[in-house]
Amino acid sequence: MIEVEHLVKSYGTNLALDDVSFSVGQREILGLLGPNGAGKSTAMNIMTGYLSANAGTVRIGGKDILEEPGEAKKRIGFLPETPPLYGDMRVEEYLRFVYDLKQCTYNRDAHIDEVCRVTRIADARRRIIKNLSTGYRQRLGIAQALIGNPEVLVLDEPTVGLDPKQIIEVRNLIRTLGREHTVILSSHILSEVQAVCDRVVILDGGRVLCDEKTDSISRTIQQNSRIRVSVCGPGKEVLEALRAVPDVLSAMATGEREKDSFSYFVESAPGADVRKGVFFAMAQGGWPVVGMEQEGYSLEDVFLKLTEAADTAGKKRKK
Amino acid sequence: MFAIYKREMRAYFTTPAGYIFMAIFLCAAGFIFSLTTLQEQSTDVSLYFQILMIAYIVLIPLLTMRSFAEEKRNKTEQLLLTAPVSLWSLVLAKFLAAFTLFLGTVAISSLFFVTLGLYGDPNWGRVLGCTVGMLLIGICFIAIGMFLSSLTENQFTAAITTIGALCGLVVLAMLNGILDNYVLRLILDWVSIYSRYTNFTMGIFDFSSAVYYLSMCGVFLFLTVRVYEKRRFA
Repeated sequence: MIEVEHLVKSYGTNLALDDVSFSVGQREILGLLGPNGAGKSTAMNIMTGYLSANAGTVRIGGKDILEEPGEAKKRIGFLPETPPLYGDMRVEEYLRFVYDLKQCTYNRDAHIDEVCRVTRIADARRRIIKNLSTGYRQRLGIAQALIGNPEVLVLDEPTVGLDPKQIIEVRNLIRTLGREHTVILSSHILSEVQAVCDRVVILDGGRVLCDEKTDSISRTIQQNSRIRVSVCGPGKEVLEALRAVPDVLSAMATGEREKDSFSYFVESAPGADVRKGVFFAMAQGGWPVVGMEQEGYSLEDVFLKLTEAADTAGKKRKK
Repeated sequence: MFAIYKREMRAYFTTPAGYIFMAIFLCAAGFIFSLTTLQEQSTDVSLYFQILMIAYIVLIPLLTMRSFAEEKRNKTEQLLLTAPVSLWSLVLAKFLAAFTLFLGTVAISSLFFVTLGLYGDPNWGRVLGCTVGMLLIGICFIAIGMFLSSLTENQFTAAITTIGALCGLVVLAMLNGILDNYVLRLILDWVSIYSRYTNFTMGIFDFSSAVYYLSMCGVFLFLTVRVYEKRRFA
């Protein structure tokens, strides 16, 4: 549905995108992940035709965004970083304006009703946009993108500025939208991408670090398994005992303590389950285990590992 | 394109911008009109138009300063530029909206001439010629103001640069009277927006001047489109 090929974009001497390529299939939810300044917004602005790239092409449903901008733009609904709202208009008027602007051919009122219902802004239809709260603005921004029922939705940080309840609502909304639309969303919140997206493209410093399915990305990193144990006992000796357990590769204190117990990270060899061993070792020392849980790797770890790997690779190249 | 035009027109009247423009325009025009004709007991309107033209320096920026600068500041231009609308229709829609308000205000101010007709016998040819000339100069100034508004995201910067540019044009016309060099004067005369206006004050519809004003307007609208085109590629 979307093909992005070899995008390069520089602002003066600052290279914002450096040979970025990826593609998104029909009805797929893709997460663009990266720290601030990674080039997420730039990539989205180029995809939607707001900016142009120095090199590379973007095709939306086979239409090149530069060659046939009208056709390509018709297929996109875009929520920029700041929702593009006119403060002096009422919600309803604004949506009608967007409807006319996008030259839609549905039944206007029914279509706007539907969009308001989906984004849950129906109760604010008569309100003036200037007076809306951030949550409503963000949802109105999504509503605006949905007008005209475009095949592709490009959402730049859709949950920024929302409260936790609204974040969950918007994520659910995006998941529902993903059933009928192709969605690209950007975020620097890792759990969000993990919760919503089918596939993740991680950007850093304008480069694609990784492009994989969300499940497989967590799996690849989960070669080692890790548990967290909380034990009441003298720190040094507990650590030594933990390290002595068979299959344990490393043990270290997390630095957290709770009354008289300390917690530790214990890493074990792939495939081995060391929980029983740890329990007996602690029992032998007479130190009560007050908590033990398996620690999965979050995308945060994935991200850090990948950036570190890229950094060291970069340093090697420089040498 | 019509959607943007409609929104612009609406925005002029749901924000104070349109009212302020109309109020100041009509106040200034009324004041100048009573000074130049009623108080002087004269039916000659050319002085009225000449002074009104100086007032345009401040009036037109009121109309154009927000057109693009505001969109940029509010980030709403992202909506317009990613919508399936061409840059030309975006610029034209905004221009036409400003022109409509301007035309309406000029139409209201034309009621002044009714008083003149009731109590005197003005030269209607001259009145009409001057009005047409003023409209042409007006669209020229609107295009210049919109172009300058597209360069900045601050309305006041837009307004001040527009005032500066329009003042520059007046100075250019004044230089004409001071310079000795004939060739230089001829060139200035030909380029200057103000000196081209003289024929209209005599009630002559100067076709070449009309073309001149319309193409000036076209050039600045084209430049505005280029500003957006360039920003996409920069």
